[in-house]
Amino acid sequence: MTTLTMAKALNEALRQSLDTDPKVLLMGEDIGKLGGVFRITDGLQKDFGEERVIDTPLAESGIVGTAIGLALRGYRPVVEIQFDGFVFPAYDQIVTQLAKMHARALGKVKMPVTIRIPYAGGIGAVEHHSESPETLFAHIPGLKVVSPSNPQDAYWMLRQAIDCDDPVIFFEPKRRYWDKGEVDTEAIPGPLHKARVTRAGTDLTLAAYGPMVKVCMEAAAAAAKEGRSLEVVDLRSLSPMDFDTIQASVEKTRRLVIVHEAPVFLGTGAEIAARITERCFYHLEAPVLRVGGFHAPYPPARLEEEYLPGLDRVLDAVDRALAY
Amino acid sequence: MSVKSTAARRTTRGGAKRRGGEPELVQLLTPEGKRVEHSEYSIDLTPDELRGLYRDMVLTRRFDAEAITLQRQGELGLWASLLGQEAAQIGSGRATRPDDYVFPTYREHGVAWTRDVDPLNLLGMFRGVNHGGWDPNENNFHLYTIVIGSQTLHATGYAMGVAKDGADSAVIAYFGDGASSQGDVAEAFTFAAVYNAPVVFFCQNNQWAISEPTEKQSRVPIYQRSAGFGFPGVRVDGNDVLAVLAVTKAALERARTGQGPMLVEAFTYRMGAHTTTDDPTRYRADEEREQWELKDPILRLKTYLEAEGFADEEYYASIDKESDALAKRVRDGVRTMPNPDTMAIFENVYADGHALVDEERAQFAEYLASFADETEGH
Ligand SMILES: Cc1ncc(C[n+]2csc(CCOP(=O)(O)OP(=O)(O)O)c2C)c(N)n1
Repeated sequence: MTTLTMAKALNEALRQSLDTDPKVLLMGEDIGKLGGVFRITDGLQKDFGEERVIDTPLAESGIVGTAIGLALRGYRPVVEIQFDGFVFPAYDQIVTQLAKMHARALGKVKMPVTIRIPYAGGIGAVEHHSESPETLFAHIPGLKVVSPSNPQDAYWMLRQAIDCDDPVIFFEPKRRYWDKGEVDTEAIPGPLHKARVTRAGTDLTLAAYGPMVKVCMEAAAAAAKEGRSLEVVDLRSLSPMDFDTIQASVEKTRRLVIVHEAPVFLGTGAEIAARITERCFYHLEAPVLRVGGFHAPYPPARLEEEYLPGLDRVLDAVDRALAY
Repeated sequence: MSVKSTAARRTTRGGAKRRGGEPELVQLLTPEGKRVEHSEYSIDLTPDELRGLYRDMVLTRRFDAEAITLQRQGELGLWASLLGQEAAQIGSGRATRPDDYVFPTYREHGVAWTRDVDPLNLLGMFRGVNHGGWDPNENNFHLYTIVIGSQTLHATGYAMGVAKDGADSAVIAYFGDGASSQGDVAEAFTFAAVYNAPVVFFCQNNQWAISEPTEKQSRVPIYQRSAGFGFPGVRVDGNDVLAVLAVTKAALERARTGQGPMLVEAFTYRMGAHTTTDDPTRYRADEEREQWELKDPILRLKTYLEAEGFADEEYYASIDKESDALAKRVRDGVRTMPNPDTMAIFENVYADGHALVDEERAQFAEYLASFADETEGH
């Protein structure tokens, strides 16, 4: 057991994967000498060489397209997209090719490609550096979509994603890169797609993933001071999604608030609300509420504090749900 | 300002020839500040015009330095410095006419200067108060584009429109050596060639795309890339403001007269970090920078001005004074730049209004107002 930042935990997961499986390759812009703009690949090129830690040309469609070819040849490429907003030149390759290859080939070829994307806001960056496009990927059949919220999950989920024979879009909450936590690299991890109750409670369930789990934990702590007992579920995986864990929680608490940074409209929260309403209709004491981004472009840095769901907005939704 | 060029009428690839494997640069002013002639590109400027270019470069460098300082002081979230690229930007920018249209990336502060864009406007997005900050049509200078290569297609489409309108304006698209790898740039080249669009692709090859050297993007010199698409390319000494001006003028003139696109590769160097968040010591050697310092674009022109007796101490003193005033204006302007109103989040999402935005705006306003009630209640 060691204490690591999420960035270092991810670095360690990449290192272990490279070490364990000679077919694992890393590809991306500036991931070599620079170690990536967030230093997630720091030192890996030095230790594993340019053949396995590949600085690519500045071309995202090229990066993902060639990763598909390498996968067809038996490699397990782990691709780094520098920032969320820059995945779109590669979106065509991901959606029209990567996601469908296994099905089109009658299951005869596998696509063990992991695409790491630092995502979401809160770091005061310029345009295209703070977006939450996860729903756009979760909507695509054939892709798996996950997002860790802490260093321990970052380590194990990345290792599991790389081991997975399906394409996994691995969303890294960039504003949590520098948060520290205990990492046990020996413990046998739970399933990649299982949600986890990170705080037990009885009055209401908060469901979140990635960067918003911490906010929800803080909200639950704040609510506890007012005598309210909130349960927090860290979804961990968006596709597939572990509805059973959410259902079990809601059957206990009878109220659900879903929190994410991505725009609320047609977002992940909408899917959860619909499914949980279907599964738990007679248990619910209040409509399922959502807290998230607006139907507006991610704002300039000076407004992100107002834009991002924070403690107050989460607690406001909690109040509204409890008022029913 | 008169520029004579035979290249304006040429339709084949031209300008730079290979000698000993390395492509030759178009150069009109050597790094030592000596005026030389080139067989295809020439320029004839008055002392006044030469001093003008010097002033542009000095003020641009000063503006850039001030922005870096402001970033360090926390007034800007980020800055992309143009240090070392002044000649490439001023030379090419001064080659444009007011009716031409410019599509920049995010580092074209010197080009913006030549288009009379208020320097303060450039700082809004780096401060984090907006995503653009100016009306592109005011100076025919489009918004900065961060997604690499996207703007080369916009420039090409705009140029297609210019041609359709029968206008004789030209369009210039800026991009980096790294950007040349993007599919969008290849597609822009294809469209420009196929539709004979009046667009000049101006690549500032500053040798690095963050940590990756040009060799990680291309195994042929960038200017040769256009050949496969069917239009000419030329490499110019990007630290020689006279050569850049002459070559860009010729390329724009070529476009204007219906001869289609051209690629100009300005061979230059990014003296500083990629942006203020970058650490170049991780990937490049100090000696490289030191070598390029000897080719400094401003010093080179100054040496020439002095040798010709075109500028005296009094002149330099006046430029210094102007630089100080510009720096002060920028400093004061940034420090007093207001934060946007919270409700700006919902502004301009659509031109025509949208029920969902209206609903969310109203809900959010009500939510914010609830805090005001609370404080009043206490
Ligand atoms: C599509 C896309 N991918 C990645 C990035 C991140 N990024 C910003 S600038 C840059 C390097 C650009 O290099 P170059 O085109 O040579 O221009 P320079 O910055 O050197 O002027 C990268 C990788 C981006 N902005 N857009």
